[in-house]
Amino acid sequence: MSNDKKFTPKIIGMICNWCCYGGADLCGVSRFQYPPYIRLIRIMCSGRVDLQNVLQAFANGADGMFIGGCHLDDCHYITHGNYDALSMVHIAKKLLAHIGINPNRLRLEWVSAGEGIRFANIMNEYGAEIMGLGPLGKGEGIDLDEMKFKLDAVSKLVPYIRLVERERLRIPTKKEEKYEAFYNGEEFDRLFNELILDKLAISEITSLLRVGPLSTGEISEKLSMSPSEVAKHMIDSSRYGLVRYDPGQNSYALA
Amino acid sequence: MMDEKIERLCKQLQEGEFGDVMIVGGGISGIQAALDLGTAGFKVYLVDKAPTIGGHMAQLDKTFPSNDCSMCIESPKFVECSRHPNIEILTYTEVDRVEGKAGDFTVTLYKKPRYIIESKCIGCTLCVESCPVEYPDQFNQKISQNKAIHIYFAQAIPLKPYIDESCLFLKDKKCAICQSICKTGAIDFDQPGETVDVKVGAVILAPGFEPFDPKFRTEYRYGEFSNVVTSMDYERLLCATGPYEGEILRQSDKKHPHNVAWIQCIGSRRVTPGDNSYCSAVCCTYTQKQVILTKDHDADAGCTIFHNDIRSYGKDFERFFQRAEQLPGIRFFRSYASIVREDPVTKNVTIRYSTPDEGVKEEEFDMVVLSVGLNPPVNHQALADTFGIELNEHGFCKVNPFNSMESSRPGIFVSGAFQGPMDIPESVFTASGAGSQCGQLLDHRRGKLSKERVYPQERDVSQEEPKIGVYVCHCGANIGRIVNVPSAVEYAKTLPNVAHAEESLFICSTEAAAMLAKDIKERGLNRVIVAACTPRTHEPLFRDTLREAGINQYYYDMANIREHCSWVHSKEQEAATQKAKDIIRMSVARSHFLEPLQEIDLPVDKRALVVGGGIAGMTSALSIADQGHVVYLLEKESVLGGIARRLRHTIEGMDIQAYLQDLIDKVYKHPQVHVYHRAVIKDVAGYVGNFTTRLESERGLSELKHGAAIIAVGADLYTPTEYLYGQDERVLTHLELEEKIAAGDETVTNAKNLVMIQCVGCRNEDRNYCSRICCNQAIKNALQLKEINPEMDIYVLFRDMRTYGFKENYYREASGKDVKFIRYEPEQLPEVKLVEEGGKSVLKVDAHDYILGDKLEIDADIVSLAAAIIPNAASKEISQQFKVNLGADGFFQEAHVKLRPVDFGAEGVYLCGMAHYPKLISETIGQAYGAAGRVLTLLANDTVVASGSVCEVDHNACISCGACITVCTYGAIEFVETPQGRKASVNPVLCKGDGLCNTKCPTAAIQLKHYTDEELSNQIYAALH
Repeated sequence: MSNDKKFTPKIIGMICNWCCYGGADLCGVSRFQYPPYIRLIRIMCSGRVDLQNVLQAFANGADGMFIGGCHLDDCHYITHGNYDALSMVHIAKKLLAHIGINPNRLRLEWVSAGEGIRFANIMNEYGAEIMGLGPLGKGEGIDLDEMKFKLDAVSKLVPYIRLVERERLRIPTKKEEKYEAFYNGEEFDRLFNELILDKLAISEITSLLRVGPLSTGEISEKLSMSPSEVAKHMIDSSRYGLVRYDPGQNSYALA
Repeated sequence: MMDEKIERLCKQLQEGEFGDVMIVGGGISGIQAALDLGTAGFKVYLVDKAPTIGGHMAQLDKTFPSNDCSMCIESPKFVECSRHPNIEILTYTEVDRVEGKAGDFTVTLYKKPRYIIESKCIGCTLCVESCPVEYPDQFNQKISQNKAIHIYFAQAIPLKPYIDESCLFLKDKKCAICQSICKTGAIDFDQPGETVDVKVGAVILAPGFEPFDPKFRTEYRYGEFSNVVTSMDYERLLCATGPYEGEILRQSDKKHPHNVAWIQCIGSRRVTPGDNSYCSAVCCTYTQKQVILTKDHDADAGCTIFHNDIRSYGKDFERFFQRAEQLPGIRFFRSYASIVREDPVTKNVTIRYSTPDEGVKEEEFDMVVLSVGLNPPVNHQALADTFGIELNEHGFCKVNPFNSMESSRPGIFVSGAFQGPMDIPESVFTASGAGSQCGQLLDHRRGKLSKERVYPQERDVSQEEPKIGVYVCHCGANIGRIVNVPSAVEYAKTLPNVAHAEESLFICSTEAAAMLAKDIKERGLNRVIVAACTPRTHEPLFRDTLREAGINQYYYDMANIREHCSWVHSKEQEAATQKAKDIIRMSVARSHFLEPLQEIDLPVDKRALVVGGGIAGMTSALSIADQGHVVYLLEKESVLGGIARRLRHTIEGMDIQAYLQDLIDKVYKHPQVHVYHRAVIKDVAGYVGNFTTRLESERGLSELKHGAAIIAVGADLYTPTEYLYGQDERVLTHLELEEKIAAGDETVTNAKNLVMIQCVGCRNEDRNYCSRICCNQAIKNALQLKEINPEMDIYVLFRDMRTYGFKENYYREASGKDVKFIRYEPEQLPEVKLVEEGGKSVLKVDAHDYILGDKLEIDADIVSLAAAIIPNAASKEISQQFKVNLGADGFFQEAHVKLRPVDFGAEGVYLCGMAHYPKLISETIGQAYGAAGRVLTLLANDTVVASGSVCEVDHNACISCGACITVCTYGAIEFVETPQGRKASVNPVLCKGDGLCNTKCPTAAIQLKHYTDEELSNQIYAALH
């Protein structure tokens, strides 16, 4: 494929049946136009969108991922699943940024079934934004294989992240201000670094070692991590019995 | 005793057909009434004199203000009627005689011969092809030709041809080609007409309207100039199934018109003989729709509309008007217009009109559309004689001014446009309302004649390899014009496990549905994908088709290539086609993993809750209670009545207080209605058929269980901040003026000059809607004042007088009594000021008179403001409690603006009255009965079906962490002891299928069926590969 070929973004959209899907329908009925980048998937509640879905979309080359739900406090369900979508998206954006993917590629919006024009406006504006960001990876200047490798490592961590979300990241009151304050605050940063990033590093290292034994230096180079960080993770993982050190080879292998 | 009963029944059956309700007229109103009553347990006969049901709605291209494809939303209802076990459709049938009385009518029907033996006809249409007689096609407004033997339209019910009077054999015993060509011997020229007696308890008259025929008046030049068409003709020209397959062409040269003019009020708002004095209520908005659609067809088209007032009085109409007005190349001229000549060569038409700046002008147009009004149905007098009912002076049904569904003969109800000019939603809710009143009359026999729907045994295909059928719909031209449908079909055939793919013009037609069912059986399909419109409206129809074909309905998936593709990418045909293919591929990928699911029958609590004790709420409550259900009526005040307590008379002069008092008495006396005063709802839990509402009222704390709820909370009145309101006591609202007139306040009745200012607080940036009722209220007050004090000078400063329907006559009466109507523009608002004159402070109103071009200064003794109707302050909270939506203006949002006007998207919750939008008392009552009728479709049944798409736990994978249990606020998941230990388990009755738990489970043990991880991840993968 030649480079001059116009970039056509591929965007996955997962939208809830009751509000955003209705808004997208109304947008069609009203003939409001938007660019043909998005492929929509109907779900019953935005709370059904899984972190795994987001990772899968990007791992398969989506240039953007859109999630649409009911306005907060207007969820069709008494579970208020859209608040969970909000949490998930905050966590996902943090992970994407860590991997090197522009978090703005992931977009969460509230669109009611009566807001056809709002859906069109968002699609136009978001489509232009993704257009501006360029193709996934290229836009960020990161290597696609490396990105996939990292997404894969996060993907393996999803069950653990669910546990962390439940135990440490869940906010007791469903209020938008509280959610925004928490997820934009230092406390979340700290918890994220402590609870998720270390695990993620180990997940990445074990993924690497699955291919073959590597030295601390090699790991440090491949994951662009400082040798001291790698050493710390290797000691931890040895203690958990995940890896073993082979003195003869001066390298680590999976236990 | 029992034997006696059976004997009596047998005797009755021998005497003729036996049913509960006969509905005369199979348009959208009759269809709605039939479906509601059939579902509420009555045996219904749906009679239409046309060869099919459908009425005028079937002829429309799109419906305002959502521009939904008219046939696409109506035809699923045809299918529903034809499949309904309690509805018997009798087309091509006229009513001959009606005898008996309410509860016991005998209706004599005459079934006209179709000359087709329906049981033998297979609908192959070979006969149509071979027929030599070309005959103007009535469905296409006689613009194109059809055959003497033909099917009325592609979605007709029944989908069988009929032979009309143009047939050569019927006329002269010549031809009979069709008879020789018909392979099944279905054509019978000797078929006699048939007379049938049907016994029913009640009749609903829904004969609709007849479009005004401009041929009656030569000045309209219709039929004389070939490029002058009516708006009904134009609907057909716009439509993909129309005479030119959706191309707008001129009759004279079959070329596209680029410069089209509309003339409003043809046959309406005129007192000349042959015209109608009333306003036809729908023409302003349908013209705007036609303008928008014309621009869709040809972006460069010029559209010019010659109009009087713009009557955008309905919900979302104001925005719709703005949308039309803001399109490029659109001109709205407020001027009478006359057609002066036709160019003998080009056949262009010249219109003469006047402008304020340049005087009288002439302009030539390629085509002129006459926006014709609504007449009563043809032969309305004969109809009235047959049914023994009275007509009003316009030839429409004479109805009870408070209850528009009640005719002059007990037991005969009326719905739809036979009440007077109205739009589709009103036709629909008055149908539900007429249905509810039939239910009140016939409740004792409910369920005695009704039958259950029976489906064939489901074939177990779970062990079979997927065999997927893909059906790609053109939707007339809605999809096919943009998306290359044949190429999408070819593409679908290349996808894994697709056993069959084909295209369809309208996959939602009865014929296509039957074909689909046949295909499933014959081709052994076990997955079906329809690539067409949105599942939100059409999924139930196709799921039903799968059930008919004997496979589980959850093997169906819908690829939305209309709302999400062709309609939103209409200028990018190639990209849209690619997107449609992607959407189909995603659907196919998903369908591999679809599983058969079983739905659950939930019990229905037979009680209803009505929120709001105004006229709307009380009317609904009584109608439901009369049909044997307990109703809890909640009122926030300590008295019933709502805003109607402040109103005195309707414009027709009916005494509102007397009516209201009577209604309140009935509510208090009704043993089934329980009123809760000063009620405040704390919370609402549950779901359709099983709600629990906690409230605080003067009875203390209560917890009420109910199966259905109606929201009838009414609206509030805007408190003006404009025009010195609140600063000078001579400035009132129309409502305050009405109260003062009723109280005989002399400052009002003795006023020399009284100025009314319309549109205060709405039709502006803050509230972009029309409050609908204020023009009527102004005229009502003006007429009353003129009666008391004929010398009074009354000025009405208005933007558009919106006295729609029969109310127009009161506007004319007020003009005749010298009430001065002075128009103003929003850019030049009237000004009210206080001036010190002779030691007195004088109220002066400045306005600009557009007709005289002068500035006016009026000394006003009283200024009365048409204060806007605004949403009830509690709307937001109530909408959240009941999980229902509010619209852009803050009023409650119905499920579908046209066809589900009193339902919410959330099942089991309904709405009526001003909670929905401002409306007159008679309209509120109609809607309240409508909501009651809809409630009965639910409460009359013992069970309601719950979705099979619920969560399920794989106990082998469950680690008993309880993550799912903590997020499920429905309490649908709990731990149970299993052979594998304590595991989470889902109660499918409580599970609502949102699937939040699915995303919380660390081991993916809990899955939302129909939206499993596998199904979603395959869709995502397929979207990108």
